[in-house]
This record gives sequence, structure tokens and C-alpha cells, in this order.
Amino acid sequence: METLVYKRPESLLKDGHFTFCPGCGHGVVLRMIAELIDEFNLQKDTIAISSVGCSIFLEKFFNLDVAGASHGRSTCVATGIKRCKPDKFVFTYQGDGDAATIGFNETIHTACRGEHITTVMINNTNFGMTGGQASATTLVGQVTTTTPMGRKAELTGYPLHAAEIVAKCDGTAYSARVAITDTKNIRKAKEALKKAFEIQMKGQGFAFVEVLAACPTNWHMKPAEAIEYMENVTETVHPVGVFKDITKETI
Amino acid sequence: MAKELVKGNEAIARAAIKAGCQCYFGYPITPQSEIGEYMGANLPKLGRVFITAESELASINMVIGAGTTGTKAMTSSSSCGIALMQEAFSAMCCAEVPGVIVSVMRGGPGLGNIAPAQGDYFQALKGGGNGDYKLIVLSPSNVQEAIDLTYRAFHLALKYRNPVMLLADGILGQMMEPAEFGEYPYKDPDVNEWALSGANNRPARNIVSLHMPEGEMEQRTNMLFEKYAAVAKNETTFEEYMLKDAKLVLTAFGTVGRVAKAVVNRAREAGMKVGLFRPITLFPFPDKNLHEVAKNADMILDLELNMGQMLLDVRSAVFGACPVEFYGRPAGGLLTPDMIFEKVQELYKKLDDKTKAGVI
Repeated sequence: METLVYKRPESLLKDGHFTFCPGCGHGVVLRMIAELIDEFNLQKDTIAISSVGCSIFLEKFFNLDVAGASHGRSTCVATGIKRCKPDKFVFTYQGDGDAATIGFNETIHTACRGEHITTVMINNTNFGMTGGQASATTLVGQVTTTTPMGRKAELTGYPLHAAEIVAKCDGTAYSARVAITDTKNIRKAKEALKKAFEIQMKGQGFAFVEVLAACPTNWHMKPAEAIEYMENVTETVHPVGVFKDITKETI
Repeated sequence: MAKELVKGNEAIARAAIKAGCQCYFGYPITPQSEIGEYMGANLPKLGRVFITAESELASINMVIGAGTTGTKAMTSSSSCGIALMQEAFSAMCCAEVPGVIVSVMRGGPGLGNIAPAQGDYFQALKGGGNGDYKLIVLSPSNVQEAIDLTYRAFHLALKYRNPVMLLADGILGQMMEPAEFGEYPYKDPDVNEWALSGANNRPARNIVSLHMPEGEMEQRTNMLFEKYAAVAKNETTFEEYMLKDAKLVLTAFGTVGRVAKAVVNRAREAGMKVGLFRPITLFPFPDKNLHEVAKNADMILDLELNMGQMLLDVRSAVFGACPVEFYGRPAGGLLTPDMIFEKVQELYKKLDDKTKAGVI
């Protein structure tokens, strides 16, 4: 007797092969999102909003309706969609360059308004698609193409802690940071995404999940080294945790 | 419905509601804040959406969100605020997202001032956004026309899946005059063929402005320009006044058009053959029509509250058929009937002298 061990999510296109670099975190997160949309039977009611960066090509992977947004404006597009179609499931998929750098004002105001949308922000602490420049979340000391000697705080300041700041907004119902470093943590990440989906489905407020993910190509590391770097270095600056969960607070 | 005394900005807001606008997203800026104030007071009562966004960037991108679902949505702003929206206009044109933008021009460049001006013709027509794209731009000259063109803006946005700008100026926004709100006269197309609503028993759709595969963006741009040609063919509108025997033709858009009209009447009383050609659609610009007018005229005088912006389109349309003069004042300087009349007298005398000398 055969046992089904893997089923490709319906919410992924049959021929939508991921085009990410080896060791990149995007594919893992996109698949988890697709699995959750299937699990909640949301495919027919979902509108996904892509952003600019490696997070851009959602329509190449998802079997979902997709609206494209300009750099940093995904949460605005999502707001416009959700406000006129409140019965739809609306999520944005952004990177740290998009949601925490050029679009952080929009992220914060969307949180403050308590928009009933879900934002997934992949944080790989650099602008991946453009070749690895420093972003707002880049660690002090991190070598990027624009900080070849390492990010110096006295020159370019300190990394922005998105999930913690979003948690401070009154309209935020849920804000968490997860890291997809191993199977156990990937499962935890999926739990956080699941929670962020449920928050929207129950109309409880803005839900934000920051996912620490590796960018081996631009970090100039082997995939396994990049995972170690995340555990030993990135997480000391951007710690994983749930920074707000109104469903827990009300219990 | 009887005429009532109504302020330009409020008239635009009320017309938008009557046109079926479901969402307003905006950010305050003088001289158009009354539009947002009216929407804020009235849309929620109707169960519709009003958001004061964190910036003009956010406003127009919220309009995009609503537009991707086929919902009638608008924003309004002025000069420097419209400057911030340019990236989104380009993206909307590329992705074919409908939306209505009201631009109530103030003095510029920079923060400029809050006086009426027409310095944003280039901004609306020649774009600050990237790439080959065109907004449909409508130019009202009085409050009644602002109402009627607001209706038309919402219809054209859906008909062509393109952003439509109502280009007004601070005079129109702030003045009160009698006008009436007729019924919305258009039948809008069905949006269900393209709007995002979730992939329910149909293939997934996307509305995006990135087209990377080789040749795809060229093909798309060609498709967009075929659409713009159809817009030009079907939607070009303009006003002609006293043109039949006019030797001197005034060209003007928006509120300057009505001042020019008063000057035409005065010049006719003084025995001068002067007429007016006023584009109502700035894109599509009535270039062929203006060219025909120019062929029968001895001279064109273009009047604008700027340093000569529509002038380029006027010259391009006239294409040498007759000489084109310009008279304008920028950044809050107004053209009064007396000032224009004086200029008309001066130019008309030159034409008369030339006629007498047998030059024309």
C-alpha cells in the first residue's frame, strides 16, 4: 500500500518552478503559504500582493490572483483591495528592502490602521535581487556590496527591528519573527503564518510575520554556512519570538 | 434638478459620489482639501470607504488596490502631491488599472504657493513617471463642467482601464457658481472579465507592471498605444467659439478658457474677428481639429497660467499653418480680461497692418 508523503499544493501552479538561488529561503515560505491557503480552503477567495525584489514573481508560482505593487507599496495596494472586498483573503509578500526599508512608513501605517490583512516579510538582511546591497535590516558589521568593509553604525546607523516596531502599533493583532533554519523551526514558522492567517480570517487586526531567511548567494556562503550564520549571528540581532498576539492577551 | 450654488471642490466630490465612487484615498493639500473633507464626512455614511492615507504615495497605491478589483476609486491632490504619485500613474497605465485622480493645480515649482496656476500641464500630460504611457486628462473650465467631467472620468477609467485625471486649478476649486448634478449618464463596462476576485472556478489572474521576458514589454507598450489611439479617435472633445471667420484664434484650457471667451465677446463688440478654441480633453489633444482651425486663421494666441506648456501641443498641432504667439503668467499671476484684451488689440493691429501691406 502506498502512503502519500507529499502533495503539491493546489495553490501552486503545476509548472510554477521556483527560480531562486540554492539555499534561498523564499521557496520554503512560498510553499508554506500555498499549503496554508489549501488547508484553509482559501484559494478561490485569495488575492496576493507581490512587491519588488526577489519577492516579485508571485504570479509565476502561485495559482492565485495576484496584484503587483510598486516598491514599498504592497500594504497600500492590499489596503485598497481589502477595504473594497472585505470578504477576500488578502496578503502581501515582501522582503526587508520592500517592507522595512523603502516601504516601512506604509507598513507602520497599515499596522496602525489595523487593516485586516496579513503581511509576510522575508528578512535576509540585504537587497537580494539587485545584488546584495545593504538594507535597513543589515547587521552592523555585515559585509554587503555597499558596505564592503562591513556596516558601520557611525556611518549608516543600526538595523531596523521590524517585528518589534510593528508590535508596538495598536492596530497590530499579531507580530512575530521566525527563522527557517531547520525542520523544527520551519514548522514553527508555519505555525506563525497559520496564526497570521487566522487573525485575518477572524477580523482581529493586522498580522505580521517576519521570516529570517538565508541569502547564501549575496552572503557569499555555502547554504549550510548561511544557516549557521543565521543561528549564530543574525538571530542575536533579530531574535525570534512573538512580540504581540492579542489572542493570547485576551485569554 | 435645479441649479444650486456650489464650490468647485465640493462639486467634484459630490459628482464623484454620484458617479458611484466607492473609495476615496487622499492626503490633505491646499487648494483641494475640501474634496477630502467632503468625502470624509459623507462616504462613511453611505457605507463606502474613506481613508486619509499617510502620504500621496499611499493614497494612489490604495487607489491601485481598489482598481485591481474593478472598484471605482479616486484620490485628489495638488501639484507637489501629484508629483509624488507619478510612479504609480506609470504603473497603472502599464498594468491597466483604472482610477480617477483629481489634480487641483497651485503655484510652483517646489512648494511654490497656494495661488491658482496651470503649471502642471506637463506634469499631467508629459508625465514624471517612467516609460511610454498616457493618462487621459480632462480639463474643466467651470463648476458645471467639473461635475460633468468627473462623471466622465469615472466612466473612461473603466472603459479603457486607464487612470484618468481631472486637471483643475485653484480658481475652479475655490470658486462658487450655480451648477446642477444630473444623473450619471454612462453605462459602465462589466469588470468581471478582468478584475481580481480570487481564482474561483477560473484560471488565476494577475495585474502587474513587470514584464521581463524578451519582447513582452515592447508588445505590451504597442498594445497600450493602440488603446491610446482608440481613446483619441473616440473621446477627443473641445469647445469652438466664434471661429468661423476668426482671424485671431485664442487657445486656452481650464479657467483661462472662460476668461478668453469673455475677451472674444469684447473683441467682437470692438469689431475684431477673434475666436476661441478650448481643448476639453488634453489627452487626447484635439490636434487635428486645431490644425484645421489654424489653416483658416491668421494667427493663434495661446493663453496659459504658466510659462508656455500647452503651447508645445498647440504648435505641434498648428504645424506651421499660421504663426503662434504666447501670453502667460506663472505661479499665481492671473490673466485678467483687460490684460488679454490689450494683448489681443496689439496682435490684431499687427495683423491688420500686415493685411493692409498685402503680406497676408
